[in-house]
Amino acid sequence: MTGTLNLIGAGLIVIGGGIGLGLIGGKAMESIARQPEAAGKIQTAMIIIGALLEGLAFGALILGS
Amino acid sequence: MKVFQRSLSYIAIVLIAISSATLQASSGDEQHQSTGNPIDTKEEIQAYIKHHLQDSHDFVLYTNGETGHHVGFPLPIILWDGGLQVFMSSKFHHGETVAESNGNYYKLYHGKIYKTDAAGTIHDDGHGHPSNEKPLDFSITKSVVGMLLTGLLMLLLFSSLAKGYKKGPIPTGIARVLEPLVIYVRDEIAKPNIGEKKYRKFMGFLLTVFFFIWILNLLGLTPLGFNVTGNIAVTACLGIFTMVIYMASGSKDFWQHTLWMPGVPVILRPILAVIELVGFILIKPFSLLVRLYANITAGHFVVMSLIALMILMKAKFGAVGATGMSLVLSLFITVIELLVAFLQAFIFTMLSSLFIGMAVEEHDHH
Amino acid sequence: MDQLLNDFSPGLFFMQAIILVILILLMRKFAWKPILTSLQDREDGIQGALDAAEAAKKEMQNLKADNERILNEARAQRDSMLKEAKELKENMITEAKEEAQAQADKIIVQAQATIASEKKAALAELKSNVAGLSVEIAEKVVRQELSNKDKQLELVESMLGEVTLN
Repeated sequence: MTGTLNLIGAGLIVIGGGIGLGLIGGKAMESIARQPEAAGKIQTAMIIIGALLEGLAFGALILGS
Repeated sequence: MKVFQRSLSYIAIVLIAISSATLQASSGDEQHQSTGNPIDTKEEIQAYIKHHLQDSHDFVLYTNGETGHHVGFPLPIILWDGGLQVFMSSKFHHGETVAESNGNYYKLYHGKIYKTDAAGTIHDDGHGHPSNEKPLDFSITKSVVGMLLTGLLMLLLFSSLAKGYKKGPIPTGIARVLEPLVIYVRDEIAKPNIGEKKYRKFMGFLLTVFFFIWILNLLGLTPLGFNVTGNIAVTACLGIFTMVIYMASGSKDFWQHTLWMPGVPVILRPILAVIELVGFILIKPFSLLVRLYANITAGHFVVMSLIALMILMKAKFGAVGATGMSLVLSLFITVIELLVAFLQAFIFTMLSSLFIGMAVEEHDHH
Repeated sequence: MDQLLNDFSPGLFFMQAIILVILILLMRKFAWKPILTSLQDREDGIQGALDAAEAAKKEMQNLKADNERILNEARAQRDSMLKEAKELKENMITEAKEEAQAQADKIIVQAQATIASEKKAALAELKSNVAGLSVEIAEKVVRQELSNKDKQLELVESMLGEVTLN
């Protein structure tokens, strides 16, 4: 990561990823609050989606750097 | 006063080193040996962290910054360069000298071995990279040592667990900790994702990979300074293994749905096939390997940077303040890293079993 | 990306692949297979034990029900036997009573018959006695008649009046 544009790109990726993770986490919390008995399943699904998102963001970061 | 400050920072380092990755407040990088000063500038710290994140050909536990003396042990170098070249890494003297083996000369430059002439000149290709020929390097590097250690540990632990069952159905001792983990991988990761019928075949791979990654991640948090799973070659190998396994075990339905998707206009089918194939062959393993690599690398980077804070902030906050701050912060991040170590092993195994589950799934024909 | 490709070490990749393959094979042979088999066995064992316990419980219940049934049957049998015995007893008593009555009646009848025949016999004897007496009286009367005709008649009259037939 040398150029400034790269850094801006990285920032954009982090913003996007952050929004995504926030949405996932928020919705997961909401659904856990609504149905506490399904907490385990929701957590697993949340982690998987989070991991996929993370993979996407990291992929972009690596490609950009 | 200076002696006091230095000894204090050494004590702090030892304290942190117990629970987190090491950063010796002294030079490990060959570039700085001539100066004989401890690392204390930003650039030097960055170079040190970068050096740590890379694989290395010798096992340095500790370096005395003032004398440039390394404490550690050399590792064997195995090169394929028109023939097998085997010698110990002590021949390089930590990159300071040129190693000679069967009439060939090799030089260690930024953690990589290049073929050189007797004087050890490194030619620059104009982009900051050496243009010297690189021999194929199958050395037992630090990472390989870490992997061998992990493999040995796993074999010992789990064969003892396996033997324990011969004595009685209820495990004792350390096996009590291991058994729930095995059951966890089986019941929470493999069974729900692959399916009750077919999971058994993949358990060997999933369990091995899970414990391999987990133990290596944890090993990276010890003061030994391993960074195995933060190494792109290692994660790439793991990702490619997963890819090969799910591609090889794909069911007829899987291939039909991938290559000639039913229920979609014929014109779209080849496009979809290409997208699906690229997804399965490139994107999925790539996301697997990059995730693990980036998480672990970032973790090590953050922990080491926080430890380095102690040196950078010493001027501002004084020795005690800087040390305390860096201790608290790095302890906090290390605890998070412990969680990440498990989480990444879990996610890798989880996604592997998810992809395997996609591949072996048999759809009901409609 | 450049940095990453530069960092990528084919040698490490190769070593990792070899180590991973060997590790997977070794672990499968020496650890996972026996562990998973033992776990499966144990779970099957637990399931089996649970099933057996369930079956035993069911059997127990069956047995209990059987016992209850048998007990009930026995009770019913006892009741019926008691009832029978009671009936028998009553029958016997009534029979005995009847027999006794009959016997008594018979005895009474016999006694009456005997009495009647005795009476008859007594009457006959009396009659013969009366006849004899009357003959005697007649003799006496006849003897007296010869002396006093009126007195004779009077005598006969009084004598006959004395002899009252009961």
